[in-house]
Amino acid sequence: MRRLIPLAITFVVGTVLIVSVFTPPLENIERTFTLFFDIIAVFAFFLGGGNLLRVHISKLRRRKQDWGFSVVTIVGFLGMLMIGLFKLGGSGNIAAPVDETGSLFYIIFDAVLVPLQSTMYSLLAFFVASASYRAFRAKNREATLLLIAAFVILLGRTPFGTMVSGWIPEWLSIAQIPNLAIWIMNSPNLAGQRAILIGIGLGVISMSLRLILGIERSYLGDDNA
Amino acid sequence: MRRSTYYAVGIVTALFLLSWLLRGWSLADERPDSYLRAFLVTVSAFLTLAIFSFLYKDNPFYKFAEHLFVGVSAAYWMCLGFWSTIVGNLFPRLSEEVSVFFKQPYQPGAYNIFYWTPVILGLFLLMRLSPKAGWLSRWPLAFIVGTTAGLNFIRYLRSDFIVQVSSTFVPLLGREPFQWQGIGDFLANFDLSATGQFAVLLTNWIIFVGVLCGLIYFFFSREHTGAFGAASRIGIWVLMITFGASFGYTVMGRISLLVGRLTFLFRDWLGWIT
Amino acid sequence: MPDLGIVLSLLVIGVGLLWLLIRSLRGQEVERRVIFVFILVAVAAPILFPVTFQEHATPVVKRLFDFIDSLPAGSVVLVSLDYDPAMAPEVQPMTNAMSRHCLTKGHKIVFMGLWATGQSILMSTLQDIILPDFPNIVEGKDFVNVGYKAGNEGVLNVIVTDFKKMFPTDVNGTPLDSTPIMADIRSCRDFDLILSIGGGRPGAKEWVLFVGDPGNVPIGVGVAAVTAPQMYPYYPQQLVGILGGVKGAAEYESELAHRYPRFAHTDQPGLRMMGPQTLAHVVIMAFIVIGNLAFFRGKKVRRT
Repeated sequence: MRRLIPLAITFVVGTVLIVSVFTPPLENIERTFTLFFDIIAVFAFFLGGGNLLRVHISKLRRRKQDWGFSVVTIVGFLGMLMIGLFKLGGSGNIAAPVDETGSLFYIIFDAVLVPLQSTMYSLLAFFVASASYRAFRAKNREATLLLIAAFVILLGRTPFGTMVSGWIPEWLSIAQIPNLAIWIMNSPNLAGQRAILIGIGLGVISMSLRLILGIERSYLGDDNA
Repeated sequence: MRRSTYYAVGIVTALFLLSWLLRGWSLADERPDSYLRAFLVTVSAFLTLAIFSFLYKDNPFYKFAEHLFVGVSAAYWMCLGFWSTIVGNLFPRLSEEVSVFFKQPYQPGAYNIFYWTPVILGLFLLMRLSPKAGWLSRWPLAFIVGTTAGLNFIRYLRSDFIVQVSSTFVPLLGREPFQWQGIGDFLANFDLSATGQFAVLLTNWIIFVGVLCGLIYFFFSREHTGAFGAASRIGIWVLMITFGASFGYTVMGRISLLVGRLTFLFRDWLGWIT
Repeated sequence: MPDLGIVLSLLVIGVGLLWLLIRSLRGQEVERRVIFVFILVAVAAPILFPVTFQEHATPVVKRLFDFIDSLPAGSVVLVSLDYDPAMAPEVQPMTNAMSRHCLTKGHKIVFMGLWATGQSILMSTLQDIILPDFPNIVEGKDFVNVGYKAGNEGVLNVIVTDFKKMFPTDVNGTPLDSTPIMADIRSCRDFDLILSIGGGRPGAKEWVLFVGDPGNVPIGVGVAAVTAPQMYPYYPQQLVGILGGVKGAAEYESELAHRYPRFAHTDQPGLRMMGPQTLAHVVIMAFIVIGNLAFFRGKKVRRT
């Protein structure tokens, strides 16, 4: 029973959503199911938050390594949650957006979340540079082809490419690096990406069918759970 | 905590205060809330530098910033999800009194009673946190999986399969404005310009052959020998060029992020550029 | 002074690369923090000593530009901010440029977001960029901000047939039924153009799959550089145009300034970023070459 009902739910919902594409009268049910999905997605956010609290409180209680930083996470989480849920430090208008400019919620977003998130991703620039020096080797023909294409793109997507190959005459302009870069994107890159896209598309289609028909059940987890 | 950690925290605090005061003083002529703005900019700058300190080595400042990010980010998404979707889409369908309280227009409807379904399923989802009642979370998960599978089946079939296959059937002997008028005409007007007939033809041939050979490479049910193997080899070459292009764009993307951060530090924090 | 600064920086980087080459060919280890310092100098120098370049719109960018330009005044454009602060340096210039273009042409804009952070970023975009540039536009009549909704592609699946079912009000709680700009909008099919700006998931791909193809609506995208190569299979049948990374943003800004000179003197972050981008690319290519030279030399030495 514990597996049968979820399987039935998956089957009914998936089938309705597929059939509704061909059956306009079912469109309203399709939209409603999708709206249910959107509302449940918010509960998934709550689940994530709850799990975060559970993990860090557990770390705190057991005095695991770096438990002090768990305090930072918990304080940051609860503080932002209180400010956001009760719109503390806002304009006082309950209908106004929670992140209206000037509100405490927006100030924390701008002063804390923006620099932290942006800087985390900007670290990748350094690691890409390090990987370029240490790891990217033209060990065989395929790798050489990859690096040549990368070079053309790296040069062609900057004004340096125009400077380097601007002397090439118009009748040979395909060899000008910026034009070569454009051609690579519109031709072999398009072909390769399309092949990958079709492959992934077929995979998604078959997996969707497997899930709807109950052949794939891994999302239900362990029976003992 | 070790003594060196105390010294480090002391130095960082002193630098923070100094930076705040200096920046506030420099902004005093520009805005009335200069010291508040300077405080916020200094907080942002120090958090930025705390993350950058990871490049030297893992350290308590980085860990502090990382843990702060995790907590604040999770709460941010929860709050926005609640106010945008629960208050905006759920409450107005469930209760007129609650709608009035949140100043949202009430949306009466004969089938609104069914909107208790996502509430119940959502609460079941939260049961995942409970060891005993965790099995209840399978129901909303099944709903999510069913919705995703149902939506994706048709959309991927249309946009990522049918349309992609049809787009691959490109004219191999010329297209507007170059109509094929025989090999003589082609050779007479032959050039290697980027917008010339040869470039257009080459593009179309590479697209058609490249997609075909790329798909052949991913077909693992048959051994890659003979003509099939040769086609597979061409497929690998096309894919290598694809990955090279992706790498070039990835580098461009990552560098842009660093430019953005350094611009903030030099302009908003240090005031070295305008 | 800026020229002297950039010349000095180039000199420092050049000497540094030479040192790196010699050390690598000798088979000596190079600490990774040295590499980090290189890339830091390569990016920081052109920011401190700005170098600007001319840009020309490539066909994928120009097609989108021309499409927006050719829409009759009063067209309603949906702009979706599907990004977070991490992607903002790349795609924010696109948001600014395309919004300016639309408003200059007299188009009306409906702003929304599939990412929560998109809503917050939109707040600052409206306050710092759009309203100062266009002080006479009226919310509700010339633009409206409907904000963010959770659900990713679930949101798209609803709005493709019934926009107001998902967005009954704007972000301030004003019913869309009483908003002039939304008077003739029942679904995404009623928009003249949809611009998705982002680079992750949900983003441009989801707009094509769930709205563009089912609703037969023209879609233009501005995406982070990492995502740009993956958009090309959809062009031109399913996408009007693609702005890929900061280069795409710079091209669009350049075209906008060229056609509408009033924007030539506004802040153009995309064009500004091309200087650091160029030098960093050259340094990365030098790293790859030096690394490979050292590798092959080491192989040769090991063989002998």
